[in-house]
Amino acid sequence: MSNGDYETIVGLEIHAELSTKTKIFCSCPTEFGGEPNSHCCPVCMAMPGALPVLNEKVIEYAVKAGIAMNCEIAEISKNDRKNYFYPDLPKSYQISQYDMPLCKNGYVEIDTKEGKKKIGITRIHIEEDAGKLNHDEFGKKSFVDLNRAGVPLIEIVSEPDIRGAEEAEAYLKKVKAILEYIEVSDCKMQEGSFRADVNVSVRKKEDNKYGTRTEIKNMNSFRAIVNTISYEAQRQINVIENGGKIEQETLRWDELQGQTISMRDKEDAQDYRYFPEPDLGLIKITKEYVEKIKENLPELPESRKKRYISEYNLPEYDANIITSSKYLSNLFEGALAICKNPKSVSNWIMSDIIGALNEREIEPDKIPFSAKDLGDLIVLIDKGTISTSIAKKVLQKMFETSEKPDEIIKKYGLVQISDEDTIRKLAHKILEANPKSIIDYKSGKDHALGFLIGQAMKETKGKANPRLLDQIFKEELNK
Amino acid sequence: MNVSKEEVIHMANLASLNLTENEIEKYTKDMEEIIAFANTIKNVNTENINESIIANETYNVFRKDEVKEFEDKEALLKNASKNENGMFHIPKVI
Repeated sequence: MSNGDYETIVGLEIHAELSTKTKIFCSCPTEFGGEPNSHCCPVCMAMPGALPVLNEKVIEYAVKAGIAMNCEIAEISKNDRKNYFYPDLPKSYQISQYDMPLCKNGYVEIDTKEGKKKIGITRIHIEEDAGKLNHDEFGKKSFVDLNRAGVPLIEIVSEPDIRGAEEAEAYLKKVKAILEYIEVSDCKMQEGSFRADVNVSVRKKEDNKYGTRTEIKNMNSFRAIVNTISYEAQRQINVIENGGKIEQETLRWDELQGQTISMRDKEDAQDYRYFPEPDLGLIKITKEYVEKIKENLPELPESRKKRYISEYNLPEYDANIITSSKYLSNLFEGALAICKNPKSVSNWIMSDIIGALNEREIEPDKIPFSAKDLGDLIVLIDKGTISTSIAKKVLQKMFETSEKPDEIIKKYGLVQISDEDTIRKLAHKILEANPKSIIDYKSGKDHALGFLIGQAMKETKGKANPRLLDQIFKEELNK
Repeated sequence: MNVSKEEVIHMANLASLNLTENEIEKYTKDMEEIIAFANTIKNVNTENINESIIANETYNVFRKDEVKEFEDKEALLKNASKNENGMFHIPKVI
């Protein structure tokens, strides 16, 4: 059988740190970084006798996420202990939720080649993050930093509705965008505040039973997740095609070798011995509470996308990319409010801004200028103060120095030359220096005009008004 | 209620306990007795009684999301058998 006879089934467990000010069970700050063990207290360090008290914001944020992902919100919900030993887990149990999660039975809509598709959300529950282990590469030591221990997380568990790496990526991006829009998580993948466990299995297309799955834990980049799924699916197909059997196991992705590797110390059959957390009471959510959160929910990416297409005539592709990030979408709306030119804002974001982000390998939240700056830049183009090619240079400077566009233009003398006399003098000068181009033009070689304009641009370092140059060169050449 | 030796070993492994042969035997018997004792609760007539979810049935005991730094940071590492650069020093785990 060939690869095409198989389908890849993916389930994802996404962990997102909530952007509350304090930890889930104590009043320590959740800020990333800081001196080791400086954001700690007896509760998150698991000193004997210390008792947890639930942060009300955690409930609010988790319910918000549940509503945004179309979940049922449980009337009564409870915390449970998940027992296992690991040095980053000071209590030797994690307070999580087992059989009564806060949210369940939701879905997220993604775009696929075949159109819209709903990916089911089994559940969203709240839990605490673990600490961080630092390893001494050469010695025999590890070090425990518990600043992150007790930072609130939501775990979003998908149904095995995802087919293949592409859908997995679309789903992850959609969930990330939703969490950013509703402002419950900053989803910084590099800092580990948005990460996923990936479950992969394959089956022949005519089968209706799922194959045995493997799990790859704690992945925090889209690229790695996509590569892992593709690799792991192919590996499983090869095993089956060669008459082998897939073992249910936990793997890790080796970025350097580009392959999944079985974890050497295979975890015991998951035997967490969950039981109700005796140090905490129950969570009761009223209908009024849910309604209030619903009313105050900000506009979600899907709705913004539809609006961009219908109100501003953006192509669906562009609308999709811009709304995939709250920061890009806010940049779009902020700049639009100033320049009233949706097509232009969209083009700038889609080409130069995304290009600059990729080149600098930074995320949209790190764009060093404001939406107003971008709006102002476009106004300067629309008014003819600068040309588009100059504007591209100004934008690069904005990325480098965060200066305002008009400051950059003044500082570097970039104002467009739109004075007819000046341009005509310039044209004369260029024509005198290039008699061959005149002959070429007259004998019907159109590229000669482009060459002359190029020379004039070079002469003025791109500042000449290109429309005027074109017009005046034509006038002069046709004399 | 029968408890097998394998179950006791499994539970000991989950709790990171190394048991001797004698201990395994002893705990197997102990556990059977514990379960038998717990089973007496099954004899209680629970008809018309609502199912309880948790022993301490309180609701919505929450705190506000306000930072309160713990002052005595030094005390936090005081009981660590070893510490270095403000971190607990443990045997290498990878």
